[in-house]
Amino acid sequence: MNRFTLATLALLAAAGSAGAVEYSQVQANKSTLTFTSKQMGVPVDGKFGKFTTTLAFDPAKPAAASAKLELDLGSIDAGSKDANDEVVGKSWFNLKVFPTATFVSSAVRALGGDRYELVGKLTIKGKSQDVTAPLTFRQEGGNGVFDGGFTLKRLDFAIGEGAWSDVSTVANEVNIKFHVVAAPRK
Amino acid sequence: MTSPRYTRTAIALHWLIALALVGLFSVGLYMHDLPLSPQKLKIYSWHKWGGVTVFLLVLVRLAWRFGHRPPALPAAMPEWQKIAANGLHHVLYLLMIAIPLSGWLMSSAKGFQTVWFGVLPLPDLIGKDKELGEILEGVHSILNFSLAALVVAHAGAAIKHHLIEKDDVLTRMLPFLNKNR
Repeated sequence: MNRFTLATLALLAAAGSAGAVEYSQVQANKSTLTFTSKQMGVPVDGKFGKFTTTLAFDPAKPAAASAKLELDLGSIDAGSKDANDEVVGKSWFNLKVFPTATFVSSAVRALGGDRYELVGKLTIKGKSQDVTAPLTFRQEGGNGVFDGGFTLKRLDFAIGEGAWSDVSTVANEVNIKFHVVAAPRK
Repeated sequence: MTSPRYTRTAIALHWLIALALVGLFSVGLYMHDLPLSPQKLKIYSWHKWGGVTVFLLVLVRLAWRFGHRPPALPAAMPEWQKIAANGLHHVLYLLMIAIPLSGWLMSSAKGFQTVWFGVLPLPDLIGKDKELGEILEGVHSILNFSLAALVVAHAGAAIKHHLIEKDDVLTRMLPFLNKNR
């Protein structure tokens, strides 16, 4: 009982000083990057297995926050073996030439409550676009948990060229979702 | 007295479904080996939409069948043939229900939900499961080849009735022969 009380007090103390906490130690095994594309009107889920997130986020100073993502496109699971074999090719990601996609933040804005907005440059297949991703932040078990997403238009990045640029088969819009867990800097 | 025919509705449903099944079976055979392309995704969707449509038609047909007894088989038919014909019809109905169901479940297991005509999503009764998807693909295929074999037997029997027994088993299911009515 005593130990429990002590632990609770310690947690409360930690929460009280949360303003000084900067979350930066990304837990790769707890973080996920998933996407949903639409094929013939049917949502198809996919995910990326390998990506490196670098971030620094202090909820007391969101404007000073930054985030960077390096995504190994070869780690894609596009939902089926057929699709996985296809998307590495030239008309999709052209993996031989462009193995990595990157995102570099330029601004983080507080939207009130636990909501924030992440702005930055997304580069895939040699093409860059500014993207804005709303996200929520919460503290859980001493970690910072970020959940957010945005919609990209695949043709902006020439993902799916030639016959695949027909958006009536595979929709232009792809929903990206991220779930990043980071521990405070020690 | 003229011998009774099937009802017009039964005849229409029989031939509509027969045509659709031949079409779906051929498309299914053709599509499964195609390399991935936008065309393949389209054909798969069409096949699935067609399968759902036929499934609904089969339900309508079954409902009609329960309300309207088909004309009796010729009295001259040996008992074993009557039993075989009856059994075959039951199995045909069973397969016409089981095949679209297996396709629906296979789609779910493979992670591609069925959305009828791109508008009406059918619920995924099972979650994505690669191995189960492959098993169901095998099941879908076996059921289809069984149906194809039984359809050949069914048509063969009808033709035999027409040419050898010279009875009305075939003609009473043929459309546009309503002069007997």
